[in-house]
Amino acid sequence: MTAETISLNSAERTIHPVWVRVCHWINAVAILVMIGSGWQIYDASPLFPFTFPSQFALGNWLAGSLLWHFAAMWALAINGIVYVMLGLVTGRFRSKLLPIYPAQVFADAKAALTYKLSHDDLSHYNAVQKVLYVGIILTGIVIVLSGLSIWKPVQFQELTALFGGYDTARYVHFFAMSAIVAFLVVHVSLALIVPKSLRAMVTGR
Amino acid sequence: MRQRKIIPGVDPKLLIKDAAKVMPDPMRRNFLRGAASFGALAFLTGCNIIDGDTAETVLRKVSSFNDGAQALLFSQTKLAPTFSEANITRPFPFNAYYDEDEAPEVNGDTYKLEIAGLADNKKPWTLAELHALPEVSQITRHVCVEGWSAIGSWQGARLSDFLKRIGADTRAKYIWFKCAEGYTNTIDMPTALHPQTQMTFKYDHKLLPRAYGFPMKIRMPTKLGFKNPKYVVAMEITNTDHGGYWENQGYNWFSGL
Repeated sequence: MTAETISLNSAERTIHPVWVRVCHWINAVAILVMIGSGWQIYDASPLFPFTFPSQFALGNWLAGSLLWHFAAMWALAINGIVYVMLGLVTGRFRSKLLPIYPAQVFADAKAALTYKLSHDDLSHYNAVQKVLYVGIILTGIVIVLSGLSIWKPVQFQELTALFGGYDTARYVHFFAMSAIVAFLVVHVSLALIVPKSLRAMVTGR
Repeated sequence: MRQRKIIPGVDPKLLIKDAAKVMPDPMRRNFLRGAASFGALAFLTGCNIIDGDTAETVLRKVSSFNDGAQALLFSQTKLAPTFSEANITRPFPFNAYYDEDEAPEVNGDTYKLEIAGLADNKKPWTLAELHALPEVSQITRHVCVEGWSAIGSWQGARLSDFLKRIGADTRAKYIWFKCAEGYTNTIDMPTALHPQTQMTFKYDHKLLPRAYGFPMKIRMPTKLGFKNPKYVVAMEITNTDHGGYWENQGYNWFSGL
């Protein structure tokens, strides 16, 4: 084998290019900080008749959690923008996440629930994965924009209005968080059930 | 770095009460911690980066950076959304780090607003003189750092007009406010000159009640509620950042909306 074919083969075997892995783990740390501190912030003025136990929250009191939240937001937003741009520019989103056919989603969902879904080829996403990954990217965009509209309801008042005003934007932000937490439960569980997927996100293969 | 200062004139009783309310853990080291997320983060990064003091230093630096970012975002011509009478939150909440019956009682007859710092005319102002200033009115949203909001109606004099009247040097960086109970607050000059920044003497067209800051509140719909001082007794036009009651404890200094 020539050096060229070796590098070609290794490129072919790479499931996740390095930019995907770097963005993924920066995002993982940032989103955990955002969720943990966000729960503490929520507790200062709950939207619903419950609060998050303080041992699951980050920051210990409102000022501390706000410091965490407004620091990690930069990592989350900048990393998120880089990820989405590269996903679009490299064509990865189009080739990995599209097209999505509803019939295929139902078939794969049924297969997954009856443990008949194949995980042999990690470079190919099944229809349920496609839906979840597209959904979580869109949710990420919503949580950043609703967060901006709560943080700056005067300077970005047009954006705040788009979310139905300041108070409604808080609910949007909360439900987007809930969707991300629900996604994380499924995502982390499946990564642990199929450990080679976790390895692929670390080493690339 | 802004240092935590002893605030002259603060009732120690209120301070203790306040500390008990907002700082669940008397240990400052634990101020930024949260067990679960902390554990998850240590697991992910493989190191303990959340050692209290280091994290606090870094986070306060990011907070200063955020002050700069917010100053850049701030527009002196962008007005806060205004609302109609029907949108006013009734009753408008009382909010402070003490109970309503502990709010300062300022005698309006003897009250004088002290002026200090970079101004040509530092003559103290009586309440009657302040009330004679041209009146402006606004119905805007008060947003608390805790997340809740309420819409209120405030009347008073435009702060920028007042600053012109006393010959204040508006090239100065800050305005510092001192309140009857010892609360303090520093704001940036661009916000002080914003057309909606108001020296408030009335709430909903009636003399400002004690609960809402009699005799004078500074209303800034472009900043979080705690940056809107009540019971204001003195203001200083200055180039030195004197910090503020909550800011010195870790709340973001600019706190713009």
